[in-house]
Amino acid sequence: MNIVVLVKQVPDTWSERTLKPGDSTLDRQSADAVINELDEYAIEEGLRLAEAHGGEVTIFSMGPARATESIRKALSMGADKAIHLVDDGLAGSDAVQTSAAMAKVLSRTGFDLVILGSESTDARMGVLAAMLAEQLGLPQLSFASKVEIDGTSVHINRLTEYGYDKVEATLPAVLSVVEKINEPRYPSFKGIMAAKKKPVETLSMADAGIDPAQVGLATAATEVASFAKRPPRQAGTIVPDEGDGGTKAAEYLAAQKFI
Amino acid sequence: MAEILVLVEHTGEDVKKVTGELLTLARKFGEPAAVWAGPGSAGGQARLAEFGAVKVYVADGPEFDDYVVAPKAELLAALVAAASPAAVLVPSTAEGREIGGRLAIKTGSGVLTDAVAVEEGLLAEQSNFGGAIIVKSRVRTGAPIIAIRPNSGPAEPAPGAAEIVPFSVEISDAAKTAHITERVVAERGERPELTEASIVVSGGRGVGSGENFPLIEKLADSLGAAVGASRAATDAGWYPHQFQVGQTGKTVSPQLYLAVGISGAIQHRAGMQTAKTIMVINKDAEAPIFELADFGVVGDLFNVVPQLTEEIQKRSDG
Repeated sequence: MNIVVLVKQVPDTWSERTLKPGDSTLDRQSADAVINELDEYAIEEGLRLAEAHGGEVTIFSMGPARATESIRKALSMGADKAIHLVDDGLAGSDAVQTSAAMAKVLSRTGFDLVILGSESTDARMGVLAAMLAEQLGLPQLSFASKVEIDGTSVHINRLTEYGYDKVEATLPAVLSVVEKINEPRYPSFKGIMAAKKKPVETLSMADAGIDPAQVGLATAATEVASFAKRPPRQAGTIVPDEGDGGTKAAEYLAAQKFI
Repeated sequence: MAEILVLVEHTGEDVKKVTGELLTLARKFGEPAAVWAGPGSAGGQARLAEFGAVKVYVADGPEFDDYVVAPKAELLAALVAAASPAAVLVPSTAEGREIGGRLAIKTGSGVLTDAVAVEEGLLAEQSNFGGAIIVKSRVRTGAPIIAIRPNSGPAEPAPGAAEIVPFSVEISDAAKTAHITERVVAERGERPELTEASIVVSGGRGVGSGENFPLIEKLADSLGAAVGASRAATDAGWYPHQFQVGQTGKTVSPQLYLAVGISGAIQHRAGMQTAKTIMVINKDAEAPIFELADFGVVGDLFNVVPQLTEEIQKRSDG
């Protein structure tokens, strides 16, 4: 089975994240860059499926040159090879444009299954799996908390607002996973050493056949008009519990008309 | 006046609260036209009329219930072509965002997710990076598609005709590839749904075990609230994953949020920062969650919570 796992490099959730004053795109310099946490679950699921059913795991990342750090980390977990789509013309692409560019590369590469994390911790839109399924005309198996593959048929549990749906489809398909699905492995020392020698194919937009008019900040259908830091909340009333903490809390709720 | 399409969130005939919020918002920008996918519209019509829907486009085929997301996006795309709306509003639930995303590709438009307000010119306000940054964004090509965070605005009644307009659409085979074979509803008793609840009570690491979670549930029940949990609690298996509040979980925007035994890491704040009033109970006075608190109690939750629950019950009985 030919599995492609998508990886995004994001600013570390633990560092202060902001946008750039000039073009309101993500300020990638201000924060430490790490692999999107949910992608680690996607990589793990890809590795497990390849171990169970045979096949190869290819990492695919679209992003600036620095994203190679995240690609190497993914390779050190055990993926076989990687594709890195890197081109200044892609900067500032919105979700629709990103999905179009990635779909182009995926079609060119070929696959049985594309796996990604259910959302990135920076944009948090949670739409890429649906958009890739739309672009590629393939089954959308998103928000999976469990995956089973039998031949060419895939069964997942898809998390919903009320519980989960059991969903079935036929490969090839696009699968996004939530963090309940597995426990990602840590790269071993051997894995880290091996990752340095694994092939990473670097593609430009021209290599991938991506039309410059269809990507990038200038032609994005969405734009940021303005942004500002959220003003800090007004300091609240904090009381120590002196045996009457619950009562005081109830008094506050009553004063606010919640009870 | 141009139409604003509002995708109705419903279970059978039961119209979800967020739909009233979306219709209320839509009235500011044009003529609210509800879009009903699947069966049940006759039973839900009155509710849509109550919030000012001028018409209700109804496509009642079984595909909308049988397949993941794609058929609803096809329906909306056909309606965008037929009605040339000024905008399309969907709920910013996981599925609503996915529908919006697919629709944006079909219509050559753009999608903005998790909007907490929409200003004149269809400028959407979003809360990014765990609530640290407030961003105002717009769609500049095609009919804007905006996913609105549930509970972020009021649902104000205003009578509308809610005229049923049957709309027939041929759903393509490509949209019928991810087949839903069974829907499993998680047990949440009589409690309201997490994302639409006016009050949410969440427990975190401080709760200590799954056996202690009934403490949180009892407090929630005394307030008619939904129960949430921090990732620490769901990762530990103390409470089911679908109740996780925060980054990689649900984003809630209730009138009142009670954080119990939750330290308030940015990952949790990302899911609750826009709550109107925040109450905190935590034994660690240094916990960052206190920065958000309108009212906080520094104390052992095992003493404070039962006392608070009892006090609330006493007051509501009396």
